[in-house]
Amino acid sequence: MKHQSPNIDRTKCVISIKGLRKSFDDFHVLRGVDMQLFQGENLVVLGRSGTGKSVLIKIIAGLLKPDSGSVNVLGKEMNHISPRELDALRLKIGFSFQNSALYDSMTVGENLEFPLVRHVENLSQQEVDERVRTVLEAVGLSQTINQMPSQLSGGQRKRIGIARTLILNPDIMLYDEPTAGLDPITSMDINNLINEVQVKFNTSSIIITHDLTCAKATGDRIVMLLDGQFQYQGTFDEVFSSLDERVKSFYDYNFID
Amino acid sequence: MISNNKKEEASSTRKHVLSRKLDTIFIDLYNIYSFLLRFFKEVFVPPYEFKEIIRQCYEIGYRSLPLISLTGFIMGIVFTNQSRPSLSELGATALLPALISVAIVRALAPLVTALITAGRVGSNIGAEISSMKVTEQIDAMEVSAINPFNYLVVTRVIATTLMIPTLMCYTIFVALMGGFVNIHANELTSFTSYFQQVFDATSFLDIFSSLIKSILFGFTIGMVGCYKGYNASKGTEGVGKAANASVVTSMFLVFIEELLALQIINALRAG
Repeated sequence: MKHQSPNIDRTKCVISIKGLRKSFDDFHVLRGVDMQLFQGENLVVLGRSGTGKSVLIKIIAGLLKPDSGSVNVLGKEMNHISPRELDALRLKIGFSFQNSALYDSMTVGENLEFPLVRHVENLSQQEVDERVRTVLEAVGLSQTINQMPSQLSGGQRKRIGIARTLILNPDIMLYDEPTAGLDPITSMDINNLINEVQVKFNTSSIIITHDLTCAKATGDRIVMLLDGQFQYQGTFDEVFSSLDERVKSFYDYNFID
Repeated sequence: MISNNKKEEASSTRKHVLSRKLDTIFIDLYNIYSFLLRFFKEVFVPPYEFKEIIRQCYEIGYRSLPLISLTGFIMGIVFTNQSRPSLSELGATALLPALISVAIVRALAPLVTALITAGRVGSNIGAEISSMKVTEQIDAMEVSAINPFNYLVVTRVIATTLMIPTLMCYTIFVALMGGFVNIHANELTSFTSYFQQVFDATSFLDIFSSLIKSILFGFTIGMVGCYKGYNASKGTEGVGKAANASVVTSMFLVFIEELLALQIINALRAG
């Protein structure tokens, strides 16, 4: 089943990247990436491991600095952003990590409260509890509020990781390999959750993955990262109608119905 | 993310200014300097994480009490026992309380407290922060616009700097009690008489210098643990290395600081 977001506004660009380059020592990961993400859109970035997909979203979130090129996020140029502006911008970006990155020493409830109490002033404990309950309900895990991250399954951890980002009502969601290491049924649950989040919270999303089922289920538009550049983009069918051997082999080696 | 092998491959082909080892040493020194500078910049900048500082004080201070109690008490007994024969030969066993108090207050309590906490707390801080780095928890804080340095490093360094002098005072008390138990059992010295001699032999400079040393040791142990954890290489191996390096480096630095402090205190006494 292919995904189509209902509220895409192609006149409003939330992320615009031009000529992005990034290398680590002598290894050139991104070699001139150009990309746009529109309001309300789910963009899937496909590529093999080690091709720089995660580097791309870490640059967007301000965790890594680009060597050159322009990265504009919600109207802010990341190359010329002050630390204070970056913090303000980060409140509008939700980042779901590959391994969820839940804080081990805190319960699920405390994990969710942690960013909330630091960024939303004058909230009573009752209001905090209410917001925590709301996002936990949104990811379908209200019963885990007092559990430690170590007591959760892989799929539950992913959901709580997404809930933690939703608590600040972000405009943009960045998902780093959301279905990595999950069984097919849990993966499909996560794919559905990504789509639900997009509709319910009106977010625009970039989904980094090499799982074609996830790409097909969540992506309005797919881009293929090959040799440090986006080489193919379009709908799922458009990208995989390519005769490029690298794209074909990517399709053939994925288990997809 | 870029694979580690490719990164290492790229790193190994990088040209070095002097030699690979010398470059690494200078880069490390610069990183340590930057880390220290960042600490002093951020320690005065809000938000102040009081709740986390108190939690760390509890973890570092209160949870070290059983180990410190046992070690301090045994240290007092053993030191008294080992000193007795030498004083006995000179017919000066009456000086045992004074000798014990000087040795414990001036040197043993600060050093033993620092070494025990370097082992227990330093490794804990190094392992905790490095595992948070490896599992991207530090990145998660950053993308939530929470300053991880402030939350993780500043709080822990403040806690070690406050708690190690406190633990040192406690070690002095426990070790002196150990010494009293031994002396009372052998020489039948009373509690009042023992502590009278202990206080007579202890000067303000002894206690003050030990407190300053302990503050320095606490700061060092906290900083080293945090630095090693914060700069751990990725992967589970990095966690083990960070924990190990935290203990070894902080113990080494504690001894160096003890040596330097001794020279300064001796100069003050002579003056």
